[in-house]
Amino acid sequence: MHMADALISPVVGGTLWAATAGLASYAAKKVQNDMDEQKIPLMGVLGAFVFASQMINFTIPGTGSSGHIGGGVLLAILLGPHAAFLTIASILTVQALFFADGGLLALGCNIFNMGFIPCYIAYPFIYKPLVGTTPSQKRIMLGSIAAAVAGLQLGAFSVVLQTLFSGISALPFTTFVLLMQPIHLAIGLIEGIITAVVVGFIYQEAPQIIQPTALNPSLGAASIKKVIIVLFTLAIITGGGLSWFASSNPDGLEWSIAGINGEEELQASDEVHGYFAEIQEKIAFLPDYNFKAAPASHPASVEGTEATTEAAWPAVDTGTSVAGLVGSFITLILAYFIGKGLQVAAKR
Amino acid sequence: MSHHTIDLTNILYTYPDGTTALRNLSLHIGHGEAIAIVGSNGSGKTTLLSHLNGVLFPTTGTVNIGGYPVVQGTLTHIRRTVGMVFQNPDDQLFMPTVYDDVAFGPLNLGYPPLEVEKRVISALKTVGAYALKDRPPYRLSGGQKRAVAIATVLAMDPAILVMDEPTAALDPLARRQLITLLHTFSHTKIIATHDLDMVLDLCKRTIVLHNGSILADGPTLEIFRDRDILEQAGLEQPFSMQSCPICSKI
Amino acid sequence: MIKLESTWLNLRTIDDLATQKTFIHSLNSCTKLITTLVFVVLVTSFSKYEVTSLLPLLFYPVALMSLGNLPYKPIVKRLLLIAPFIVFIGLFNPVFDQRPIAKLGSFLITGGWLSFLSITIKLLLTVTSALILVATTGMNSICTALSQIGVPKPIVIQILFMYRYLHVLLEEFLKTNQAYNLRSFKTAGIHYKAWGSLLGQLLLRTMDRAQRIYQAMLCRGFDGKVPLLSAARWTKKDHLYLLFCLSFFLLCRFINIPQALGTLLTGGFQ
Repeated sequence: MHMADALISPVVGGTLWAATAGLASYAAKKVQNDMDEQKIPLMGVLGAFVFASQMINFTIPGTGSSGHIGGGVLLAILLGPHAAFLTIASILTVQALFFADGGLLALGCNIFNMGFIPCYIAYPFIYKPLVGTTPSQKRIMLGSIAAAVAGLQLGAFSVVLQTLFSGISALPFTTFVLLMQPIHLAIGLIEGIITAVVVGFIYQEAPQIIQPTALNPSLGAASIKKVIIVLFTLAIITGGGLSWFASSNPDGLEWSIAGINGEEELQASDEVHGYFAEIQEKIAFLPDYNFKAAPASHPASVEGTEATTEAAWPAVDTGTSVAGLVGSFITLILAYFIGKGLQVAAKR
Repeated sequence: MSHHTIDLTNILYTYPDGTTALRNLSLHIGHGEAIAIVGSNGSGKTTLLSHLNGVLFPTTGTVNIGGYPVVQGTLTHIRRTVGMVFQNPDDQLFMPTVYDDVAFGPLNLGYPPLEVEKRVISALKTVGAYALKDRPPYRLSGGQKRAVAIATVLAMDPAILVMDEPTAALDPLARRQLITLLHTFSHTKIIATHDLDMVLDLCKRTIVLHNGSILADGPTLEIFRDRDILEQAGLEQPFSMQSCPICSKI
Repeated sequence: MIKLESTWLNLRTIDDLATQKTFIHSLNSCTKLITTLVFVVLVTSFSKYEVTSLLPLLFYPVALMSLGNLPYKPIVKRLLLIAPFIVFIGLFNPVFDQRPIAKLGSFLITGGWLSFLSITIKLLLTVTSALILVATTGMNSICTALSQIGVPKPIVIQILFMYRYLHVLLEEFLKTNQAYNLRSFKTAGIHYKAWGSLLGQLLLRTMDRAQRIYQAMLCRGFDGKVPLLSAARWTKKDHLYLLFCLSFFLLCRFINIPQALGTLLTGGFQ
């Protein structure tokens, strides 16, 4: 599934953007060093192939419903992990632009979930060991299904984590996991079977396509370690950088409230969660509706108001609500007239 | 343009899967000739063309173009001399816009930007596609795609023009325009085709391929009058040479 | 099959829109790309319960659609296609988050409903801005912008090649699917017995095509580098546009305009 802009925070989106951008440049360098010029047109058309295949409905026997493929594992089998990763990234970019599938900020998350996981985890650690250097129809079947299922499970879990850390959705962790994992088990099985029959078909008709990537140990243990180190360094740097940026944001009241709550959170849960929760709180918490009150950003005075209003959320005030409602209404009307006016102006 | 002759000597080509596509084929083509290569599907036409600019290398035998043997080391020179128009223009037009596509060859040859621009504009004007320069290739009609594909080759200023099925999938008007265009070229032309009427129009000499070897080689009219050869090669006389089905006159 | 066809049509529609010549279309692609990215980050940076202060941001897509002469229909249609999943996830918010957060007369509004509304508005803003970017810029110019802002060339080339052949392959797939449907009478999808051979054949054909393209590239002197032509220059227009948009965004981010307007008009409520 595609992660959407509306559900993520800039910190999570930005962190994964940076991570995938780093990965993509790494993969691009790898592909370039490969010196296999044939791969340039091949990656292009295979990307188009997977994009178009995703639109074909495959009837699932006995259910009346239909499924389709994601193609990450298939591409990794055909192209090797680096080229496959870039190919998937290009597919997701075009989908984000033309179909608004996912979104521009969520693109990093999506490339991570649907590109990094199948290409750099499911393929090298599940498909390759299972299929080995001497593929057979049975091994291909087993490897493809296992890789696709594992890839989608991890991908779905990653979606859950990204949503959770973003803090926009109020879905509790367990509910979300219970919602996502079983559905993606089914999707993964179907994807795995389709991948397996296609790879099996190719192996039967044109084995020379499958053989070289099977023999070529393109992803050594050292290089995967490097990928992961680079990835985490990037994640930490950007995560840190963005949270610094977020905390230096001048919306005083909002941030100091978040600071107080963040501390409580830290005690309540383990460190990693606390770190994200803190960032999450900073972004998630509501600034005062009454904008005149904004200058009152002294931590001390905030603590004072906190004590009296008991809750961590801002005062419930009919006045500001009505003002907001009226203002919003006017804003919408304005938007309509701006649109119409510019339309007329543009046509002149 | 120097004298560019083509000499193929005892060419044998076997595909990696074991199919032999060309058997003991020898051929001489002189400068400025217009030659048609005809034959049924699978007779080896495309394989033969692929040898002319080093897309394929013969298993045994030699290919010589303008005095240079076609080997790995001469490829840059050969590909500058021999321009190849592929059967399916979609395979040939891979760049984002028509302009970029026509500029691809000259840029790779290392020409300075101004020269590239000059070549692109002149090639597009020659094929009458200048107005299309900013369009992406998938927004062109079949005839337009073909014209642009030819322009991509012309921009490299080749001495020899090799074309695979140039009139396939063209409507009658686009086909006529293409033939008129090809008439204006002074290049050595080698055209593989099933369109025997076009051959009659364009090429003085015809080579008939059958099962990977030359069945006949001679003046076009002579070959097209020989029904036995045509039948053996799986071909049929061009319509313009067949008697009228209504009045039985030619 | 329907999906295949609508995808193809959608691609062509947006591509058509991008060939127009309006003020917005004439801007440098880098300007538009940067503005859009800033806009998306800005929208998502609003807090989870923010509703009113998001609304002025609607001016941006509305103005761009008017100035760029974009029709509402395809964009709204796309939005409706995307919406269900996000709305489904968003609808859990009112269930799990029932803290009262604002009061309207005697109504208490819970945080869940407020954040649900916020998600919906964010969805509207982010989806439209992405579609507007591509419909006023076109894929090729976006790719030039990408390489200008430093995206490695192999990635840009990969996107360009992918996009180029997407048009060819979608058409080819459409035909294959039609051929399949004409001879199968039972179901709408592909029967499992044909999964491997149908997709496998298409895959082999695709790989053959890649080989032919590679040969065509070699024939024109390809040596591993794809030359990309230089991008359009920045003009005064671009600077002004960027400046205007960014200051508007900042204004929206730090001042709750509807709230201010409302306070001004309703005055004495405080």
